[in-house]
Amino acid sequence: MMKIKKGIQLIDQHDKNYMYGGKFGGNFIPETLKKPIDDLTKLFAKLRKDKKFLKERDYHFKNYIGEPTPFIKLENLTEHLRGPQIYAKVVSEANGGAHKIYNATVHCLIAKRAGKKYIVGDTGAGYAGKMLSMAAKKFGLKCKIFMGAKDIKRQRPNVEAMKKNGAEIVSVTTGSQTLVDAVSECMRYWVSNCDTTHMCVGSTVGPNIFIKICAWSTAQISRELIKQVREEFGKIPNKLKLINCVGGGSSAAGFWNEFMDTHAQFIGVEAGGPRNSKLHAAPLTNGSKIGILHGAAQYVIQDKEGQIGSTKSISAGLDYPGISPLHCFLKDTKRASYTSASDEEALKAYQLVSKLENISPSLEPSHAFAEAIKLAPKLKSSEVIIVNSCGDSLKDKDIIKQKLGSYIR
Amino acid sequence: MKSKIAIAFDNCKKEKRPALITYTVAGDNTKNNSLKILNKISKHADILELGFAHNTPIADGGQIQGSSHRALKNGIKLKDVFQIVKNFKKNNPSKPIILMGYFNLIYQNGENNFLKNCKSSGVDGLIIVDLPYPENKNFANKCKRKSINFIQLLSPTTSKDRMKKIIRDSHDMIYYISMLSTTGGKLKVAPRKILENYKKIKRLNSNKNLVIGFGITNKTISSLKTADGLVVGSQLCKTITDSIKKRQNPVTKLDKLVYSLKNNIL
Repeated sequence: MMKIKKGIQLIDQHDKNYMYGGKFGGNFIPETLKKPIDDLTKLFAKLRKDKKFLKERDYHFKNYIGEPTPFIKLENLTEHLRGPQIYAKVVSEANGGAHKIYNATVHCLIAKRAGKKYIVGDTGAGYAGKMLSMAAKKFGLKCKIFMGAKDIKRQRPNVEAMKKNGAEIVSVTTGSQTLVDAVSECMRYWVSNCDTTHMCVGSTVGPNIFIKICAWSTAQISRELIKQVREEFGKIPNKLKLINCVGGGSSAAGFWNEFMDTHAQFIGVEAGGPRNSKLHAAPLTNGSKIGILHGAAQYVIQDKEGQIGSTKSISAGLDYPGISPLHCFLKDTKRASYTSASDEEALKAYQLVSKLENISPSLEPSHAFAEAIKLAPKLKSSEVIIVNSCGDSLKDKDIIKQKLGSYIR
Repeated sequence: MKSKIAIAFDNCKKEKRPALITYTVAGDNTKNNSLKILNKISKHADILELGFAHNTPIADGGQIQGSSHRALKNGIKLKDVFQIVKNFKKNNPSKPIILMGYFNLIYQNGENNFLKNCKSSGVDGLIIVDLPYPENKNFANKCKRKSINFIQLLSPTTSKDRMKKIIRDSHDMIYYISMLSTTGGKLKVAPRKILENYKKIKRLNSNKNLVIGFGITNKTISSLKTADGLVVGSQLCKTITDSIKKRQNPVTKLDKLVYSLKNNIL
């Protein structure tokens, strides 16, 4: 049976072929990318142990990203639901407004060390792109962002931000014109330019090294949180649920990492898509088969032949047919459980939280809040739920207005 | 027994010219036409690569993406690809066919099942874009046991050490990617430079048939003709695209193009 090891970082629990549990991940890449990926793998292995590099990272996490992001009790929501105590880790307070800034910052620092002048990245909701363009500007790198034409239309505020940061936005018009195509196009660009250019994959997906760098970066979230939890409760509460949305899975990986060897329960919430649609972006919940997407084996929405399937979600950031090999591993080892929330449930959750509290989650974490709201009536007041509020609703203003008629924040 | 691929190279060497290798996508622009195209161009080409389309390709340029898109829109399935090969082989039993594509389709089909289908339809070799060395060792061995060539790829970024290992584990044909690019990119490296790299690889083992691909068109092909073989793909796909736009017959257009490619390397 597949087992998770204690005392070893999750990202390092792969075999010599970079597979987790012998089934997930790996490097299914064109020959041209072998060397750049090997080089990056070696460089990152070195930097992880390099005290100077770690000091530099910590300096920027503290002074540029801002740490710690707030950990707050949602008093009104707790009272409203009359169940467990509900808390939020307000990661949207990080510079730029989402967890993607951790990965973007680390990639820029690595690119500098590698002597690369250009950095490219993919984006769905536009957060990964916005953060990469921000960090690239700060660290003096030229930046190109690949984004699906459909996402460019539905995530305008983040597109504007990227432009302001001086990034070139490449509109991807192939396939479904969303994140999946943006990642493909970005990889294709890297195949052609890997000698001068560093690539940042926006989530814990892709060839193994990108999964590692991303999860290693977002782990900052739980490094802060575990301290905050101990301060608040004096210990890790006996019954603690950490709820996080999962698209690619970068924020969940970071939110859970430091709690891996504790008894805290992990719940990942995928995008269930519109209530009355067969389309979704929830490969784990809906029993998709293992396949290869963007260089890694993972559960992925696909047809019998192996063609990658269409997805649908109101949330651009979760609208991806695959899921991080790390989450496939966590699912099969039963360390985490996964479920989904529909578009409608996410919208309702957004509305309720925004009305009752001082925070206003974007549509991605609204999926996680939807699950918290669903679970709450079944739980006792001694139990604790923490939701990772990893994005702010401002970027979804247009969609929310269109769907609900009005926007509150 | 020598493979059909090895024999094709031997024949070209006797004629003191490189092997002409074409690439088209199965089902582009229709299932019927792609078979007709193979039948026509096989008169000029020595080895035929046939792509099985995937909708999330990470190493293909615009032209091949376009062809794959058309094929998938036509509803092409793996069983159709094998049927096309089978029908082609009925009339051209000695002409080698190499299937080219991404690993997920093989993974879903089942490696053994896929190879069984290759064998029964007459496929001579495989190029799997996203299954590099050494991850491909297991599958490459399976191919060898079935007398199907697994064609390894080398690129300008492949280190010398790695090249030696890959060449040692290769079968009758090795594919050298001319430049850092997806397929069909403009030839951004001088042919002289490509041939320099090419010779370096040949020096590691001159017995292996080493072909060059990526960025080769009827304009550039003659400057590379000292190689063992040359692959032209994107220009063929583009010609299909153009002929559809102009309402011309893609079959005759490709026949003409491959004929001229052949003349350019004689």
